Amino acid sequence: MAKLDSRIPPGPLEEKWRSHKASIRLVNPSNKRKYEVIVVGAGLAGASAASSLAELGYRVSCFVFHDSPRRAHSIAAQGGINAAKNYQNDGDSVHRLFYDTIKGGDYRSREANVHRLAEVSVDIIDQCVAQGVPFAREYGGLLANRSFGGAQVSRTFYARGQTGQQLLLGAYSALSRAIAAGGVSMHTHSEMLDLVVVGGHAKGIVVRDLVTGAVTRHAADAVVLATGGYGNVFNLSTYARGSNATAIWRAYKRGACFANPCFTQIHPTCIPVTGDYQSKLTLMSESLRNDGRIWVPKKKEDRLKPPGSIAEPDRDYYLERLYPSFGNLCPRDVASRAAKRVCDEGRGVGDGGLGVYLDFADAIGRLGESGVRERYGNLFDIYHEITAENAYRVPMRIFPAVHYTMGGLWVDYNLMSNVPGLFVLGEANFSDHGANRLGASALMQGLADGYFVLPYTIGDYLATQKPGSRPPADAPEFTQAEDSVREATRRLLSSRGKVPVDHFHKRLGHIMWQYCGMARTREGLGKALVEIPELRAEFWANAIVPGSGDSLNQSLERAGRIGDFLELGELICRDALAREESCGGHFREEYKYPDGECRRDDVNFAHVAAWEYAGDGAAPVRNVEPLNYESVKMSVRNYK
Amino acid sequence: MTPKTFNVTLRVWRQPGPGQAGRFVEYPAPGVNPDMSFLEMLDVVNDRLAASGEEPIAFAHDCREGICGTCSLTIDGKPHGPHHGVATCQTYMRSYREGDRIVVEPFRARAFPVIKDLVTDRSAFDRIQQAGGFITARTGSAPEANDVPVPKEDAELAMDAAQCIGCGACVAACKNSSAMLFVASKVSHLGLLPQGQPERDRRVLAMVQTMDGLGFGSCTNQYECSAACPKLISHDFIARMNRDYAKAIFRSAFKTEAAGAEG
Repeated sequence: MAKLDSRIPPGPLEEKWRSHKASIRLVNPSNKRKYEVIVVGAGLAGASAASSLAELGYRVSCFVFHDSPRRAHSIAAQGGINAAKNYQNDGDSVHRLFYDTIKGGDYRSREANVHRLAEVSVDIIDQCVAQGVPFAREYGGLLANRSFGGAQVSRTFYARGQTGQQLLLGAYSALSRAIAAGGVSMHTHSEMLDLVVVGGHAKGIVVRDLVTGAVTRHAADAVVLATGGYGNVFNLSTYARGSNATAIWRAYKRGACFANPCFTQIHPTCIPVTGDYQSKLTLMSESLRNDGRIWVPKKKEDRLKPPGSIAEPDRDYYLERLYPSFGNLCPRDVASRAAKRVCDEGRGVGDGGLGVYLDFADAIGRLGESGVRERYGNLFDIYHEITAENAYRVPMRIFPAVHYTMGGLWVDYNLMSNVPGLFVLGEANFSDHGANRLGASALMQGLADGYFVLPYTIGDYLATQKPGSRPPADAPEFTQAEDSVREATRRLLSSRGKVPVDHFHKRLGHIMWQYCGMARTREGLGKALVEIPELRAEFWANAIVPGSGDSLNQSLERAGRIGDFLELGELICRDALAREESCGGHFREEYKYPDGECRRDDVNFAHVAAWEYAGDGAAPVRNVEPLNYESVKMSVRNYK
Repeated sequence: MTPKTFNVTLRVWRQPGPGQAGRFVEYPAPGVNPDMSFLEMLDVVNDRLAASGEEPIAFAHDCREGICGTCSLTIDGKPHGPHHGVATCQTYMRSYREGDRIVVEPFRARAFPVIKDLVTDRSAFDRIQQAGGFITARTGSAPEANDVPVPKEDAELAMDAAQCIGCGACVAACKNSSAMLFVASKVSHLGLLPQGQPERDRRVLAMVQTMDGLGFGSCTNQYECSAACPKLISHDFIARMNRDYAKAIFRSAFKTEAAGAEG
């Protein structure tokens, strides 16, 4: 059994982070340059961590599979970033942001981590403004805010509909500065394919250069994974096509526990699927729910009528009806399930019946078309490009899609996994969002981890490692890891099947969506646990990977990632089956209240499930970290 | 109601590696659905190639929603295809008809060497950013965010420039392969904000000099760059950068020491 010590500092919740910072070990400034730190990924978490560590004096190497660190998928986040600044004078506070996040996560996140997140949220905005992030402003020149789901205050900072882009470019500019100053050595087109563990500690990685095919070893005193979420296990999602789980999955197979893999987020407002050639789903920002009203026809027979011809009394604004106090701004999991229910009732709109309307007629009446254009113009443009429909005239059609994964590698309060020396940041870890993430909180967490948490906590580990004690890259553990990477590549290239690898990804996606999507059952998960291993066996027998291993080979890249998804998908279903309750994004049909809402089981499941790899073919071990709520009283979430 | 499918023929640039000879190869693309994106159509063509054991066409892509700046095809001579204000990934097959022949090439520029087929190396853009495309603000040193008000008009104009996705279409569209629009967007974004003032001269000088050194050409004011830009960034920013550059050169001539010693 893995040892899971969350290392939550003692003392009152409000004091934990301050007292922890004051008591953790430090590395003296002249020693920092003697430590090598590897950062994998350069999204919000990775870029902010790499630049901040370099500013402190550590020698940082940063690896990304993209052609540039500016491409990470943080760039696609649209709506905004939360911070408890209370600039609106509407009663916001660190405590309220903390509470909303804990409640939004359906009481399955760690109190101390979430409180720290709320505390540092205010520093993030200061940091980003100083970097030149062009946030929206009021006429007086001060920062503007908008509202987001799951909150009754207005605390979201934004840069039009491209907040993630602007925050990432801010972090990328800090990283660029650190590269120029020699503090970060940047490796693009470099995919991490294994973690090297020496004496129980993470001490390096093995990397494949995607352009030349060269496999290289890199030793360090600590390894930081900031490689994002694993939602592409569903194939169709709002993730970038390249987003993958390979780095965290290989770390899992080297001993890092994988926590709450079944906590996946289905976002309520995405453009519906049109055909089986489709490669991705496009999100329409949750910020649209500030002004858009969601509805379906009351009567099934109206569902294919032009929406304009359906009279007001024949429309069901179901979120406003079911959740009058939060209305269209209820949390994502609640809004997604409500959409599923009305579609299951046969009232879904559009060709396939899998869609609901997001209607701006009222907002246009109130603000004028130009007012709506100023707030959401680029989103309306995106919608038009994809659907060829003008959403200023006809309501948007939307449907839920996989968007984020709350689960990830298990970390302690220092963001260190159970493998000492391995730190995990941002979406790749599990710690802050429980069973459901609130909108505008992912950007907050990524930057909190990279700018304001890791730079402190990594010192606590490095101070225990003597300078110069890192093993050389020719240690046997490195050789073994490199050999296994070469063997895996050779095995993929030598497959003599007939079926392109993407077919397996699509089929896995169908299984995951059908049995482990918005609603899960014991029976369905049982089927998935039979079908996924069969599909995996078929993949290794029948896949074809054309081309060679010594130049750019996109089929080979995808094959490796899909191979990992085929294993991870099984773990997700296993976790969903073991968690016999409904909470947040994890909805088990067997566990619900008569009104269809989630029925949690706090007696048996108020814990983190951290899965431990036990070897190929062996069942993984389910470790448990109990969640102790000292400050918040656990209650049934109520958004009515 | 299923949309009617149609057939097109692709003429695609294939090149096995950097510095190697490339050539156009024709591929039929039957059964195209008008709701497909251009890249999804390429996925289908590649799927057929892979199934027959042939190496699929390498092309760069990632987010497929027009924001990451990875996708980079010149379609029928136009970077990012026939439409205004969109990236390749936001181009849909409804723009094409039965029997169309579509020429697909990489973004061509001396500073963007081909890696393979349609994939080019745009790392020159990263090097320009590293030369000065930042505001020095060490983590933890920032003042309270509302201490420095930014006039809304300035913030909006800075945002217009900051939208650049770093795709390189501006370079590919320019007969001189100039990167002026890319550099101008970064210089203007940071130079319009009060936070960007201390390093303003140093930034524009360093970024322009690095750009010139990397083999990008000069601007001759024909504005093909703005026309091809998926974010429709205005060439007015180039004029703004030229003014900034001239002022910076002038001021630096009167400085006793090199602008911006390392801080």
